[in-house]
Amino acid sequence: MKEKIEEVIVERALLITALSSIIIILLIIIFVFSQGLPAIESYGFFNFIFGSTWNPDAGDYGILPMIVGSLGITALALLFAVPLSLLCAIFMAEIAPRTIRRILKPVIETLAGIPSVVYGFFGLIVLVPIMRVHFGGTGFSMLTASLILTVMIMPTIISISEDAIRSIPHEYKEASLALGATHWQTIKNVIFPAAIPGVITAIILGMGRAIGETLAIIMVAGNVAQFPSSIFDPVRALTANIAIEMGYATGLHYSALFATAIILFLIIMVLLVIANYFHYKKKVTIGGGYL
Amino acid sequence: MDYRIEVKDLNVYFDESHILKDINININKNMVTSLIGPSGCGKSTFIRTLNRMNDLIDTFKMDGSVLLDGNDIYDPKVDVVDLRKKVGMVFQKPNPFPKSIFDNVAYGLRIHGVSDKDFIEQRVEESLKEAALWNEVKEKLDKSAMGLSGGQQQRLCIARTIAVEPEVILMDEPCSALDPISTTKIEDLIHKLKKEFTIIIVTHNMQQATRVSKYTAFFLHGEIVESGLTDKLFIEPEDKRTEDYITGRFG
Amino acid sequence: MNRIISPKIAQKIMKGVFWASGIITALILIIIIGYILVKGLPVVNLDFLLSDPIDSGASGGIAPMIVSTIIVTVVAVLVAAPLGVGAAVYIEEYTKENFFVKLIRFGSETLASVPSIVFGLFGLAFFVVFLGMGWSLFSGGLVLAFMALPTILQVSEVSIAAVPKSYAEGSLALGGSKWQTVYRVILPAAIPGITTGVILGMARAMSEAAAILFVVGSALAMPASIFDAGRPLPLHLYVLATQGISLPNAYGTAAVLVILILIITVVTNTVVENYSKKMMGR
Repeated sequence: MKEKIEEVIVERALLITALSSIIIILLIIIFVFSQGLPAIESYGFFNFIFGSTWNPDAGDYGILPMIVGSLGITALALLFAVPLSLLCAIFMAEIAPRTIRRILKPVIETLAGIPSVVYGFFGLIVLVPIMRVHFGGTGFSMLTASLILTVMIMPTIISISEDAIRSIPHEYKEASLALGATHWQTIKNVIFPAAIPGVITAIILGMGRAIGETLAIIMVAGNVAQFPSSIFDPVRALTANIAIEMGYATGLHYSALFATAIILFLIIMVLLVIANYFHYKKKVTIGGGYL
Repeated sequence: MDYRIEVKDLNVYFDESHILKDINININKNMVTSLIGPSGCGKSTFIRTLNRMNDLIDTFKMDGSVLLDGNDIYDPKVDVVDLRKKVGMVFQKPNPFPKSIFDNVAYGLRIHGVSDKDFIEQRVEESLKEAALWNEVKEKLDKSAMGLSGGQQQRLCIARTIAVEPEVILMDEPCSALDPISTTKIEDLIHKLKKEFTIIIVTHNMQQATRVSKYTAFFLHGEIVESGLTDKLFIEPEDKRTEDYITGRFG
Repeated sequence: MNRIISPKIAQKIMKGVFWASGIITALILIIIIGYILVKGLPVVNLDFLLSDPIDSGASGGIAPMIVSTIIVTVVAVLVAAPLGVGAAVYIEEYTKENFFVKLIRFGSETLASVPSIVFGLFGLAFFVVFLGMGWSLFSGGLVLAFMALPTILQVSEVSIAAVPKSYAEGSLALGGSKWQTVYRVILPAAIPGITTGVILGMARAMSEAAAILFVVGSALAMPASIFDAGRPLPLHLYVLATQGISLPNAYGTAAVLVILILIITVVTNTVVENYSKKMMGR
C-alpha cells in the first residue's frame, strides 16, 4: 500500500500547486487594497477619482488628470492599432501565401517579446525628436506615447484576431464563393462578421495591455500631471504616476499611490469580464445549430 | 439534344495523384444527371471541376476541356465569379451562413449588386417557395438560419442557390447528412426544379439515383465506366463492373 | 444594378491594401530592431559584457546587470515552472472540468492581466516590507515568478491536453498507477510544449522592469548572492536612458536585450519544433 500513499501525496501536492494562482491573486488583492484603502477612506473616493489636482505636497490627490491621460493614450493607440492590426490579421489568415505567413508569424512573435523598455528607449531616442521637429513643443506628448503603444499592442490584436478568423469554418467560405462572390466580398460579408466576437476579445486584451504599460509611457509622454489641451501636450498615465513617485512617497502619499493601483486593477478586471463575455459568445455562435 | 455541359478528355491531378482519368461526358439541359460510384472515386472532384471550386486547392492541375454552352470555362479570359453565378452548388453538409434566413437567401443577390429592396424581398420569397421552405419560415425570416433543422437548412441552401438564377445546379450528396423524411422532401424538390435547371447530383444511394435522375454516370477509380439512361444502366448495364456495383458486390 | 466600384476592382484594391498592411508590420519590426542593433552592436564587445560599470554606468560594462538578470530569471523559473506545470497536470489529469477548474483558469487569466506596476507594488508591500526580505534579487525573482506563472500554466495545459488519450490508456492497461502514467508517459510527450511555455515565461521575466523597480534595489555592484540587491538589464536600460547617463551604453544594453529575445524566439520556433518531430517519429 506504499504506492497508494505515494499517489495520495502526489495528488495533494498537485492540488496545492493548482491553488497557487488563486492564492496569489488573492494575496495581491489583499495587499494592494490594504495599503491603498486608507487613502481612499481619508481622502474620499469621489475626491480621489474626480479631483483634478494632483499635488501631494499640498495634500491634493485627485487622479482625474491621470485617468484622462491613460484613457487618452489608450484610445489613440487603439485608433491607430486596430485598423492596421485587423488588416494584417486578415492578410495572414486569408491572403498571404504559406511561406509569407511562416515568416510573418515569428515576426509578430518577436515584436511581442521585445521588452517594453526597449520600445520606450526607441521612442525616446527616435520618435520624440521627430515629433519635436514636426509638431513643435518638447516632443513628449500623448501622441508620442500612443504611437509607441500602437506598436506594442499590435502583436496582441493581430495574433488573437488571426486565430479567430482562421477558426471560421471553411464551409462558409465555400458557400459564398460558390454563389459567385469574390474573395474580398466573402471576407467582408461572411468571414469577418463571423469572427467579430474573437476580434473584440483581441481588441480588449490590447486595451488592457495599453492601460497597464508603465515605463515605455514614462519615457515619452512628458509626465505632467495636468489635463492635456491637445494630443500634442504632455500627459501622465495612472501607471506612470505610481512609478514616478513611489520612490519617495510616504504616509498618505504612499497610500494614495496604492489606491491608484486599486483603480488600475478595477479597470483591468472590468475589461477582462467584458472580454470573457465575448469569448464565450463566440463559442456559442459557432458551435450551435446544425454545424 | 442540346448539351448544357460537354466534358472532353478531362484529366485532373492533385500534385502527382491522378484523380480523374480521360473523362468524357455530356450533360443534357433541364434534366437530372446523377453520378454514382463508391466513395473516393472522384465524383466530388468532378463536379467541383465544373464550377472551378477546385481552383481553391493549390495542388490542382487539369487538362482537357469543360464547355458550358459551348464555351471553355477554363479559358483564362473567363470570369470565375460569373461562372459560379451560372453554375451553383449545394454541399453535402448544409452550410447556411450565420445570418438570418432572409439574409442567407438575399446574399447572392446583394453581392451581385442588386440593391432594390422590393426586388430582393420578392426574389427571396420566390426562391423560398420554389425550395418548398416558404411556409415553414415565412413568419421568422429575420431569425438565424442556424436554428433550423438539418433538412430545413439544406432547403435553405437550395433556395439561396436558386435565388441568383443559375442555369446549372451541382449537388454533392445533398441528402447524405439528412434523415429519410427530409431526403424525400429534397428529392421531390429536385423533380420540381429540373424543369427550370440542369441538375447534376452526386449520390452514393442508388435508389435515389433511380428515383430522381434521367441519366446516370458510374464512376470507378476516377474513370467513367458507363453512362446513359438511368433505366437502362440499372436494368441492363453493359459493363460487368457496373453490374457488380449495382448488385452490391462491392462499394 | 448600381455600384460605385465593381467587385472585381474592389477585390484588387483590397488585396493591395492587405499586402501593404503585412509589409508595414514587418517594416516596423525591422526598423526598430535594426536601429537598435545598428547603434548598439558596435558598443557590445567582450569587455562590455564582462566588466563592471564605471561612473554609474557612464562607461564600463554591464556584467553585474547580466548576472542580475540571470539570477532573477532563474529564481522566477524555478518557482513558476513547478507551480505552473503542477497546476496544469492537476487540471488536466486529476480533476474534471468543474467550477474549481474554472476558478483556477479565471485566477490565471486575472493574474496574466495585472499591470506590471501593480505587481511591483505588491512585491514591495509583500516581499520587501511584510515578509521583511528587503530589496533583493530574490524578492524580484519571486515577483517575476508570479508574473510568469499564468503563461507557463496555460501553455502547459494545452500541451498536456494534446497528448493522445491512447498513450495514457496503454500505461494504465499495463497496471501503471495514475502518477506513473503522468510521470512516465504524459509529461514526456508534453515536454516540447511545456518547454515552450517555460521559455516564454522566462522571456517575460527577463524583459520586466516596472515590476521589479521597487523590489530589487538598483545596486550597480555585482551581486554576491541572490539576497543582494541588483539591477537586471531592463532596469539598467531604463536608468541609463531616462537619466541621460550614457547613450552609447544604453544602446549597447538595448542591443543585448534584443539579441536575447531574438535567440529565444528562434529557439522556441525551431529547436522545439524539431524535438517534437523527433518524438513523434517523423
